[in-house]
Amino acid sequence: MEQKYNVSSNPHVRDAMTTSRIMQLVVIALLPATLFGIWNFGFRALLVVAVTVLSSVMFEWIYDKLMHKPNTITDFSAVVTGLLLALNMPPQIPLWMPVLGSAFAIIVVKQLFGGLGQNFMNPALAGRCFLMISFAGKMTDFAVSDGFRGAVDTVTGATPLAALKVQGFIEGTSVPVKNLFFGNIQGTIGETSALAILIGAVILLAFKVIDLKIPLTYIGSFTVFVIIYMLCTGMGFNGNYLLSHLFGGGLMLGAWFMATDYVTTPITFKGQLVYGCCLGVVTAVFRLFGGSAEGVSYAIIFCNLLVPLIEKATYPVAFGKGGKKS
Amino acid sequence: MGKLTFKGGVHPYEGKELSKNRQIEKYLPKGEMVYPLSQHIGAPSAACVNKGDRVLVGQKIAEANGFVSVPLHASVSGVVKGIEKRLTATGGMADSIIIENDQQYEEVEFHGADLSALSREDIISRIREGGVVGMGGAGFPTHVKLSPKEPDKIEYVLVNGAECEPYLTSDYRRMLEEPEKVVAGLEVILKLFDHAKGYICIEDNKPDCIEKMKKLIKDHPRMEVKELMTKYPQGGERTLIYAATGREINSSMLPADAGCVVDNIDTVVAVYKAVILGRPVMSRIVTVTGDAIAEPRNFTVLTGTNMEELIDAAGGLKNNTAKVISGGPMMGFAMYDLHVPCVKTTSAFLCLEHDAVSESKKHATACINCGRCVSICPGRVLPARLATLAERGDMAGFEKMNGMECCECGCCSYICPAKRPLTQSIKSMRKMVLASRKKK
Repeated sequence: MEQKYNVSSNPHVRDAMTTSRIMQLVVIALLPATLFGIWNFGFRALLVVAVTVLSSVMFEWIYDKLMHKPNTITDFSAVVTGLLLALNMPPQIPLWMPVLGSAFAIIVVKQLFGGLGQNFMNPALAGRCFLMISFAGKMTDFAVSDGFRGAVDTVTGATPLAALKVQGFIEGTSVPVKNLFFGNIQGTIGETSALAILIGAVILLAFKVIDLKIPLTYIGSFTVFVIIYMLCTGMGFNGNYLLSHLFGGGLMLGAWFMATDYVTTPITFKGQLVYGCCLGVVTAVFRLFGGSAEGVSYAIIFCNLLVPLIEKATYPVAFGKGGKKS
Repeated sequence: MGKLTFKGGVHPYEGKELSKNRQIEKYLPKGEMVYPLSQHIGAPSAACVNKGDRVLVGQKIAEANGFVSVPLHASVSGVVKGIEKRLTATGGMADSIIIENDQQYEEVEFHGADLSALSREDIISRIREGGVVGMGGAGFPTHVKLSPKEPDKIEYVLVNGAECEPYLTSDYRRMLEEPEKVVAGLEVILKLFDHAKGYICIEDNKPDCIEKMKKLIKDHPRMEVKELMTKYPQGGERTLIYAATGREINSSMLPADAGCVVDNIDTVVAVYKAVILGRPVMSRIVTVTGDAIAEPRNFTVLTGTNMEELIDAAGGLKNNTAKVISGGPMMGFAMYDLHVPCVKTTSAFLCLEHDAVSESKKHATACINCGRCVSICPGRVLPARLATLAERGDMAGFEKMNGMECCECGCCSYICPAKRPLTQSIKSMRKMVLASRKKK
């Protein structure tokens, strides 16, 4: 019999959203933070971003080639990984380091575990932490640089968060919260401007790439923990201290762009709430009691490891299974 | 009044504007008529005519074969040409009675009845003799549905006018043009269940129907119109019961377990015709639509009519037609050949210039765990996980993770950005589980 028409099992219609479109939207949403970083830190930052993104895509392509797999760079996931890694780099980093980080992120964390959708922790953060552990000095060197807009206001060489950890918030000496929010401070390329990150977050929310569950539970539980800490340590409630914690480090970038990474978050509704709360608490513990000023990256990859457990514990009750009859 | 609905669901392109303003037209067939013996769930009917017999409109041509089965009636007058295997819309070959239409439309005598004079048993037997089945698509014999173990425990009779399937407008036109028949049918069903209220459930994208129905039933104390949020699969049995009554049933329960009976608009009209007029199911409304159809239409079609004729009557297909579907885009069957008959459950022929399924394949990737399928699943299961278990062939794991609670609505396949065939994988696995349960 002559086959005239396409035949397939129902349903016969599909939503317009595709994997590569989601990834492209994430890239677009990261652009405000990226552009701000380049404006803040200058040409050097642009170079770091370009090298990191290109090397990530290149490693993805090479791996596919060597393993005789279909080319997956068109799904844009390597671009997202590369860009996120770049935004987590200090602007003055030697260029071979982000390349090494990309290789670790793409080849070891992503591809060796099965490629897109199979990595058990966020590749960009794993890449960052790998560099952090191996080259702590270079990764935390925030030397004063010239941005396109002139010199950066900063406590020499240290991030506001590091200063906050040592001396607390001192009126007049510490970086004003306003600067932390707008981002003309020191830090990694993409994390400094809470405003630019929030603009990106609005883009993600508007296109329904993410929802509020994880970011809000993350930031919310972090805030609660810090308030409790302030009250218990006799510091008393200090709004500036709290806001410095919220806007001063990698929390905003982490909460909106990295904690919401699909692959490494629970798929269940309740699981995402639990995951967000875990992130907030772990981040606060790392920051307040840990050795380093930052805690977001480690908190996220630590909680990534909890995901299978959280998902198992929050398996939903099927429709009609909740009542007395079963 | 707040809009009633359920958790989850999707909003595919509706496409109803193509045919919704087209009045129902009666289509009289030209060619031979084909009546598959199995137009319902249950045992196929047994033919009771022979080659060469002359039959009249409304004459029984096949007997019910067991309790879960219904008889079949001729929709034209003419001579039986034979009983042979013919292609059906679902893609298989099925035993069918072939009748040469003599265009006389000579009718048998139909015996109408007065509802007040009928007992419960009379009504059920008239529904059964009328060959009434679920005309929304499932084709479950209606007399079985209306004979629950404890009829007194039925509290709600839900008339399903949601018509949540995109493109379909047959129920819409029916409610707009012949709402009194729907009400009359509901009256008959309510007579079976003394303690039940009748809810006519309509999605809010049909405000004209809602208004019309409300006006019509305002003097019926036992009837109410329920406005539902427009969302697919609002008209699914479980989601409809939940939206209208707040009760949940799972895969191992029947609507009667929640005190409900659910019937589609066209089914209720068929009940009215069978019980009050004594006329069996011989026709139904079919929407012929889609961007590949020159002039989309709503037809009253005699069962057995060849689909190709209908498509021609709607102006024919455009040259670049990619896909032809019997039913709607979410639950319908794709067909490779148009030479199939309309049956009792044929709600629409949808002809599309673009096949979204084959076009989506170039965007296919691995699952990115985005959770869209989970957030829209009306069965509240994890489609992404179930599909993986199904692909792996892990039957035990599939059942443990509530795989059997899937209602196969297709939302997950629709929404998946990685374009995974989630529904399809889950569906095959459910079939395997059901088959293995039968063996035990």
